[in-house]
Amino acid sequence: MASLWEYANPVKFIRTAETVLPWVSILATVTLVAGLVWGFFFTPDDYRQGSTVKIIYIHVPAALMAINVWFMMLVTSLVWLIRRHHVSALAAKAAAPVGAIMTVIALATGAIWGQPMWGTWWEWDPRLTSFLILFLFYLGYMALWEAIDNPDTAADLTAVLCIVGSVFAILSRYAVNFWNQGLHQGASLSLDKEENVADVFSTPLYISIAGFILLFIALVFLRTRTEIYKRRTKALLARERLG
Amino acid sequence: MMPDLGKYADAVLSSYVVSILLLVVLVVMSLRAAKKARAELQKLEDRRRG
Repeated sequence: MASLWEYANPVKFIRTAETVLPWVSILATVTLVAGLVWGFFFTPDDYRQGSTVKIIYIHVPAALMAINVWFMMLVTSLVWLIRRHHVSALAAKAAAPVGAIMTVIALATGAIWGQPMWGTWWEWDPRLTSFLILFLFYLGYMALWEAIDNPDTAADLTAVLCIVGSVFAILSRYAVNFWNQGLHQGASLSLDKEENVADVFSTPLYISIAGFILLFIALVFLRTRTEIYKRRTKALLARERLG
Repeated sequence: MMPDLGKYADAVLSSYVVSILLLVVLVVMSLRAAKKARAELQKLEDRRRG
């Protein structure tokens, strides 16, 4: 089996992306459409939340991705800091806008869901607040990449920012457990049958989550390849200017 | 075909519309950026090859 580090080679990464991307894209589209269509059209209303329970098929996967994309960025940033593989730094850069959009979706659908259920669009609840801070970290992370001309310096500084922001990614996930207060409920999915949402809701939810994960994988392959192309273009232009 | 969403129809529909719109924008922008980056690199490499 090929070593994982082989994919740190940009040529190898691009070749793999060319092969994998069409399949992952098709799988992502099919899974996402299946999960959302099933959730929207073929699930019953909840006895307390009525039809708003259908928002779960977007809100939960988006929130899950918002947190886990940051952890993916943390891992690739650490790989950059320790092993200096450019592809891993570029993968973190490529993932950030995807994570930011997932955070916006989680915040927006949470607010829309919260209004009829809690009677308010927003509350400075621990989970909601840490999610908002996580979104600001995403914005800061992307801004920092754009603000620094030297790509290696940008990769170094954004990696450090990513490590700092991980605190809020953890808080976004566990705030409900840390501070037993606020409006937001605990996790919707649990291995504990008592705590987990009913099967009629959880099956399409798992499919929707799989769709969001596959969409993220497809986008990261695509966007990382784009970043490699941009970096190569920049290097060639610099070489042209020198001689 | 359309489920009866009752009094929460606005909330449910707006959640889906906003989210799907954001995802579509993200995908389209990523595809456009990919196409542009590839074309620029190709152009530069062609020029170098003469």
